[in-house]
Amino acid sequence: MMLKLGVPSKGRLMEKTFDWFATHGLTLQRTGADREYAGSVAGVDGVELVLLSASEIPRELAAGRIHLGVTGSDLVRETLADWQAQVVELALMGFGHADLVVAVPKAWVDVETLDDLDAVAAAFRARHGFRLRIATKYHRLVREYLRAHGVADYQLVDSQGATEGTIKNLTAEAIADITSTGETLQANHLKILHDAPVHCSQATLFASRAADWRAVADIRTTLFAKLGVGDVGGLNG
Amino acid sequence: MTAAATLAQNLLAQLQDAGAQVVTADILQPAETLLDLYGEDIRARAYVTHDPALGEMMLRPDFTVPVVQAHMQGGAEPARYCYAGPVFRKQDQGRAREYLQVGFELFARDNPARADAEVFARFAQLLSGYDLRPVTGDIGILKAAVAGLDTSARRKAALMRHIWRPKRFRALLERMGGQGPLAAPRAELLRALQVAPCATLLDQAGPLVGLRNEAQIAERVAALLEDAATPPVPAAQIAALEGLLSLSGGARDVARDLRAQGWDALVPALDRLEARLDALDDAGIDTSSLPFEASFGRTNMEYYDGFVFGFIAQRADMPPVATGGRYDALTTVLGQGREIPAVGGVIRPDTLVALGGGA
Repeated sequence: MMLKLGVPSKGRLMEKTFDWFATHGLTLQRTGADREYAGSVAGVDGVELVLLSASEIPRELAAGRIHLGVTGSDLVRETLADWQAQVVELALMGFGHADLVVAVPKAWVDVETLDDLDAVAAAFRARHGFRLRIATKYHRLVREYLRAHGVADYQLVDSQGATEGTIKNLTAEAIADITSTGETLQANHLKILHDAPVHCSQATLFASRAADWRAVADIRTTLFAKLGVGDVGGLNG
Repeated sequence: MTAAATLAQNLLAQLQDAGAQVVTADILQPAETLLDLYGEDIRARAYVTHDPALGEMMLRPDFTVPVVQAHMQGGAEPARYCYAGPVFRKQDQGRAREYLQVGFELFARDNPARADAEVFARFAQLLSGYDLRPVTGDIGILKAAVAGLDTSARRKAALMRHIWRPKRFRALLERMGGQGPLAAPRAELLRALQVAPCATLLDQAGPLVGLRNEAQIAERVAALLEDAATPPVPAAQIAALEGLLSLSGGARDVARDLRAQGWDALVPALDRLEARLDALDDAGIDTSSLPFEASFGRTNMEYYDGFVFGFIAQRADMPPVATGGRYDALTTVLGQGREIPAVGGVIRPDTLVALGGGA
C-alpha cells in the first residue's frame, strides 16, 4: 500500500507546497499532460501524490482516504467538526498566510471592538426588527468566535464570494472574511475590528487520524524523519 | 418499545392523571422563530435543514416553543399541558443526539408562587423513586439586583441582556465599576469627540455604506459620551452582586441571608422567593433542606427569567435528569404583544433508564 499525500492541485499554493517539500528532500511534480491531475514523488519510496482542490482536502483527511494533506488551517477548522479529533497538525508551513477578520463600515466611528459590535447589534435589532447581519462563508469559525466573545443579536448570512460588497448591496451590515493585505476591505470602505482575528490561517501539513497507517508504517517512519516530524500519537495504527 | 419509551409513556400518563392535557408538536419547526429567540448559537446545537418552499427548518430542539405558540392561539386559562417525544440536539461525542423528553407546562395568571410550587412538586413526585439531587435558583433575584444598581438605565439594560452569559456579564460589570483602563480605541474616540463633533468625524471617515445610517451612529456616539460621564458603579454594590452570585445553601438560609443584607432593591424579589418557599412547604417540599444556588440556570437555560430548578444525577457524567423554570418573557416575545405567565420543565427518560432503579 502507498502512503497518500494530498496537495492543492493548482496555483501558488501548489507551487509553494512543492517548494516546501523540496527543502525537505522530496521532489513533488505534476506528470502527464498539462491539464491532467497526476503527480509523482521522488525522494521517499511508497508515497503517492494526490492532487486535490484545497477545499476538499479536509474532507478527504477526515474520511481517511489520504494519509497526509496540505491545506489552509482555516479550511480544516471550518469544515471539520471537532477537527482535532479527526486530524493532527504536523507542520505549519510558513506560507499562505491570511487572517479571518470581522470588518464593519469605516464610517462607523463608534465601532472599533467586538464590545461595540455587540452594543450596536442590540440597538440595530431594536430599531430594524431583525438581527444585525454578518456575511461570511466561515460559519462555524465566526459563530464560535462571536459566542466566545459574548456577542448576541446577530445573524450570519451566507456569502461565498465578493463578501466585501454585501454591505453596499444592503444584504449585510458587517462581514467576516479572509484578508491578507486588507486592500479589498479598504477599497470597499470597510475597517477591521481591533480585537484578535477570528483565526490566523496558513498552509499546514495535516495527518489523518482515520487513515490506515498500519499498512504504511515503514514509509511513515522514513517520511516523518525526512520532514522532521516527531512522534505523533493517535494515528490509526 | 424501548425501556425509555415505556417510561416516557408512564410519566405522561401520570401527568394526564394529574389533570394535564396532552399536546403534540411537529418535529420540523420553522427555524426563524427559534433563531430569533435563541440567537445564532442555536445553529451549533440544533439540526437545521432546508425546505424548498418553507425555507430553513429545524428538527425540534425542545417542545416549549411550539407548546407556547399553540397555547397563545387560543388555549383556555389556566392551562396544564404535557407531552412526550424525541428532541434533537447536536452533541459532543458520546452523548445522544436524539433523546426523549417528557414535559409539563403550566400557564396561569394568578398566584405565580403556587404555580411554581405545583410544577416543582409534580416533578419531585414523578422522580421520587430515583437517587437525584434537586437544585433551585431564581433569575428574578439577579434581575432585581441589576435593576437596583446605582447607575444609568443604559448600563442596567446592557447587564440585563447578558445575565445568561456569565463571562460577558462579569467583564461588563468590571468595566462599569471603573476597574482597568478604558479600551484604547474607545479612549481615542472620546478624545477625538472633544475636539470635533460627531458629524465632523463622520465626514472624515469617508463614504458611509450599508443600512445603518448617520442618525444611528450619532445616537450611539451620544450614548458613549453619556456613558463616559456616568460615575462608576459603586465598588460595594459590585461586591454585593458578586457575593449574591456565589450564594448557595438551603433555600431558607439563603433567603434569610439575603434579607439580612438590607438591600432594598431586592425586597420585592425576596418576597416572591419566600412566597414560593411557603407554597413549596404547603406542597410537601422541605424547603429548609432544599438546595438553592443563586447562579443556577445562568448558562444554558436562556429563556428562564424567574424560578429555575433541576434534578441532577449523582453521577457527574450524566446530563441533568430534569430541568425547568419560569419563562414569562418568552411568552411575551412569542405572543406578539400578548403574554401569559408560564412555568414548566422536562424530564429525560433515557437518562433515568441509564441510571437504573426507580419506581
